[in-house]
Amino acid sequence: MSAKPMTAAQVARKVIDNEPLFILDVRNGDAFADWKIEGGNIQYLNIPYFDLLDGVEEVIDQMPKDRDILVVCAKEGSSIMVADMLADEGVETAYLAGGMKAWSEHLEPVKVGDLKDGGELFQFVRIGKGCLSYMAISGGEAAIIDATRMTDVFLNFAQEKGAEIKHVFDSHLHADHISGGRKIAEATGATYYLPPADAEEVIFDFTPLEGGFKAAFGSSTVEALYSPGHTIGSTSFIVDDQYLMTGDILFIDSIGRPDLAGLADDWVGDLRESLYSRYKALANELVVLPAHFMIMEELNEDGSVAKKLGELFKENHGLNIENEQEFRDMVTKNLPPQPNAYQDIRKTNMGKITPEEEMQREMEIGPNRCAVR
Amino acid sequence: MNADKVLDAKGLACPMPIVKTRKEMKALESGQVLEIQATDKGAAADLTAWAKSGGHELLEQQVDGDVLKFWIQKG
Repeated sequence: MSAKPMTAAQVARKVIDNEPLFILDVRNGDAFADWKIEGGNIQYLNIPYFDLLDGVEEVIDQMPKDRDILVVCAKEGSSIMVADMLADEGVETAYLAGGMKAWSEHLEPVKVGDLKDGGELFQFVRIGKGCLSYMAISGGEAAIIDATRMTDVFLNFAQEKGAEIKHVFDSHLHADHISGGRKIAEATGATYYLPPADAEEVIFDFTPLEGGFKAAFGSSTVEALYSPGHTIGSTSFIVDDQYLMTGDILFIDSIGRPDLAGLADDWVGDLRESLYSRYKALANELVVLPAHFMIMEELNEDGSVAKKLGELFKENHGLNIENEQEFRDMVTKNLPPQPNAYQDIRKTNMGKITPEEEMQREMEIGPNRCAVR
Repeated sequence: MNADKVLDAKGLACPMPIVKTRKEMKALESGQVLEIQATDKGAAADLTAWAKSGGHELLEQQVDGDVLKFWIQKG
């Protein structure tokens, strides 16, 4: 008997629908502890594949009979081996096709709302890594914000929707994932915008994105709002006075960290001003659409990550620290580990290095870690 | 570094570098050293974890171009 593959898209659907799943993760313990498939209704067992080479008899008792079993490893080779061994013992399982690499790269498009005159706004949920990208479409034209490096997904999606990509934005110079913005702009002839304060070391041509800038697509408009703090250039976007793309400044259940360029103490004041003054002055009805989520609880039932600004001012701990010193301490003293290879990722996004695709995959392995809570 | 045996696991994808390492290791005496050459990037973390769980000692590792080299002493 041989085990069947389950695609990252199928697993993503199960996670979003909160279906029961048992994951036998056969990566080594450190890799599992660092990063795994998260979900509300998932049970886990982590046993490295090299401890199962003599046979799987020991783990058979631990395999549930009442839920689907998925064997997971880094790239799929070891999970196929273990899943086949289990199949030989009469235990039906599936393995994750492409392993955690495929999981890291899967994008799930979710519609988050309508724009005027029949326009639509989509969020691309990179469920394995917690990155969120956006495509707003109106009158056959599209604007993209914070695209990941899986550029074909965005190009194909626009084509299916019959939309021409006109504007490509990055809210800041990303440190946790490689941007696909420049590549999409090159492929389509769209304009690629970057905040100039983040782009001093960037070696390719781009259009500077200044606060107050407005770009039209179809009947809709995207407006830039300078909101530094995660980086010195961090810029938010307001689409049609309805949606607020916050980049890595504000998340649903946390706020941005100011240290990935090594300047936590310098930027914490900017972060506070962006959150407590600039955002405070905006309409509570704006729907906040961040560039990341960190925990599955931040997902809505339909898989989207979105919440009204007014609700976040009530519920998000990071927006409710009255004392400035306390805020400063929270943001600078409790920083989680930095994302994998973040310095090389920044250099790639500056155009200073151009790693091969396989290397880019390796660099992005792991969670995004862009927030402090 | 000197090795009693060299295992060429270049070009092999996970799980094969570990499967072969384990087999070679069985043939060695305690205290002998196996050199492993691999190109699968995952081999570094996995060989480290495998050696630890099996009571072996990872004496040294080097990167030589695309090739990862490991020296593991049998425990």
